[in-house]
Amino acid sequence: MTHPAPDAPSVSRTPAVELRGARLAYGDRTLWSGLDLSVEQGEFIAVLGPNGSGKTSLLKVLLGQLPLSEGTATIAGTPARTGNSHVGYVPQQKTMDEGLPLRGRDLVGLGVDGHRWGTGFRSRRSRRTIVDDAIDQVGARAFADAPVGSLSGGEQQRLRVAQALVGDPKVLLCDEPLLSLDLANQHRVSDLINQRRLGHDTAVLFVTHEINPILPLVDRVLYLVDGRFRIGTAAEVMTSEVLSELYQTDVEVLHVRGRLVVVGTGDAIDALGSTGADGIHHEAHE
Amino acid sequence: MNEKLADTFSKMFDWQATIDLLQYDFVQQALLAAAILGLLAGAIGPLIISRQMSFAVHGTSELSLTGASAALLAGISVGLGAIVGSVFAAVLFALLGSKVRERDSVIGVVLSFGLGLSVLFMWLYPGRTGTSFSLLVGQIVGVGNSGLQLLLVCAVLVLAVLVVVYRPLLFASTDPDVARARGVPVRALSIVFAVLVGVAAALGVQIVGALLVLSLLITPAAAAARITSSPLRTTLFSILFAEIAAVGGILLSLAPGVPVSSFVTTISFVIYLACRAIGSRRGSTGRVAVPA
Repeated sequence: MTHPAPDAPSVSRTPAVELRGARLAYGDRTLWSGLDLSVEQGEFIAVLGPNGSGKTSLLKVLLGQLPLSEGTATIAGTPARTGNSHVGYVPQQKTMDEGLPLRGRDLVGLGVDGHRWGTGFRSRRSRRTIVDDAIDQVGARAFADAPVGSLSGGEQQRLRVAQALVGDPKVLLCDEPLLSLDLANQHRVSDLINQRRLGHDTAVLFVTHEINPILPLVDRVLYLVDGRFRIGTAAEVMTSEVLSELYQTDVEVLHVRGRLVVVGTGDAIDALGSTGADGIHHEAHE
Repeated sequence: MNEKLADTFSKMFDWQATIDLLQYDFVQQALLAAAILGLLAGAIGPLIISRQMSFAVHGTSELSLTGASAALLAGISVGLGAIVGSVFAAVLFALLGSKVRERDSVIGVVLSFGLGLSVLFMWLYPGRTGTSFSLLVGQIVGVGNSGLQLLLVCAVLVLAVLVVVYRPLLFASTDPDVARARGVPVRALSIVFAVLVGVAAALGVQIVGALLVLSLLITPAAAAARITSSPLRTTLFSILFAEIAAVGGILLSLAPGVPVSSFVTTISFVIYLACRAIGSRRGSTGRVAVPA
């Protein structure tokens, strides 16, 4: 007993995120129940599933914006609550008003101390150092002083990552951060998130429609469909058998040139992209 | 050319008459009131722009007219009536309007009803029609000592609250989703801001009138946002432009005796046009060539 087993330290560490017997329901509609998930520090979890399966709601629970109907949710050992400084949040890209008087660096700066009262005028020097540092980390110096409304989707999302990282989070919650980005920017943004988790042991919960851009980074997958779910490595979960069971229809997972192509789910998660989705949709119903 | 207009132009640059008029207490009070309002409107304006609330501010000022005319009829303080009316309207809009699309039509509906009510109140008012007309187009020269006191107290209160809530309010106004995720009370702040806007709009009604409040609350901030996108610099420019429009408008209107509001609106509009021209010449700002 005096000599702990070699892998004991990783077991004794507090999980970054822990859900126990979690149930979430709106009225009498249960999104999911009996969800047990323990995310280790530095672990990268992809949260997949069709629209309406409760992926974003799961993030809202962890952000403290939505109470669980049953069970517990903890972040780094304390119950999930709003304004937890251990949590960083990366939203999906959205169009920002062209005339909005806000620069890229202001967006990042709001991540530093935007939640504090007062004008923040006296702490502007220390904020500037932190912001400059974060901007360099995501390679955003060239457009950091441009109005946010003029930024491309990829530029905006790189600043979003910087904005989430300046709070020095232990957990990064990402809600479709790659949506509507081109392939190069998808890789760039997911790489930035991955660098952070490798360098700082930050846990990542990554809600996405499309697993392929992050497939090499993912430790485990949480796949939610209509209240059913499966947790495991990508190799365990992303199989025809498992997905057919989740979707309760014939689903096929194909490996095409290092990519996973899911056929037959009848929704946009079919990884052929939006152009292919329609054709598949028909197939699924024929 | 219209005789009245020709007369206006000749008198506008009659500096001697202006200087003579500046000796009067009521003129000095008016200038002070304009300066206070300029500071207030200039400071709040950029946040209104960020929240895309121009139409809500318009509706708010129309309802402050309803409040003011009701107060006039009831024989109580018009300034107080204006504040009650516009704060009520602003909070109502803030409570209703989480969705921009819905908010837009609700404001239109409430605004027209409020205007209808105020026409009724003005018609019922037995006193001089000029008094009620001044609520529409503003009558700063009649601000008086008690009006100045109310203005000063309100301005100090509004600015003090603004200083306390500024950072989270900016966060909530420009980036509500992430602000909410970071624990900023976005909804509560939108109500607080509605009250601030309501008070500012009600004070503006006394100077430029209900119909033209936008020229102090919106135009200077919109102009500033054209030439810079730093929130701090936008606010400073916005205050500067609002001061030039409010104080400059009064100074120019003194000698010819033209309603103050026509000068205030013209000055702020000209500043806006100039800033648009500068902004479009600068093109896409803030990008530097750094090898990626």
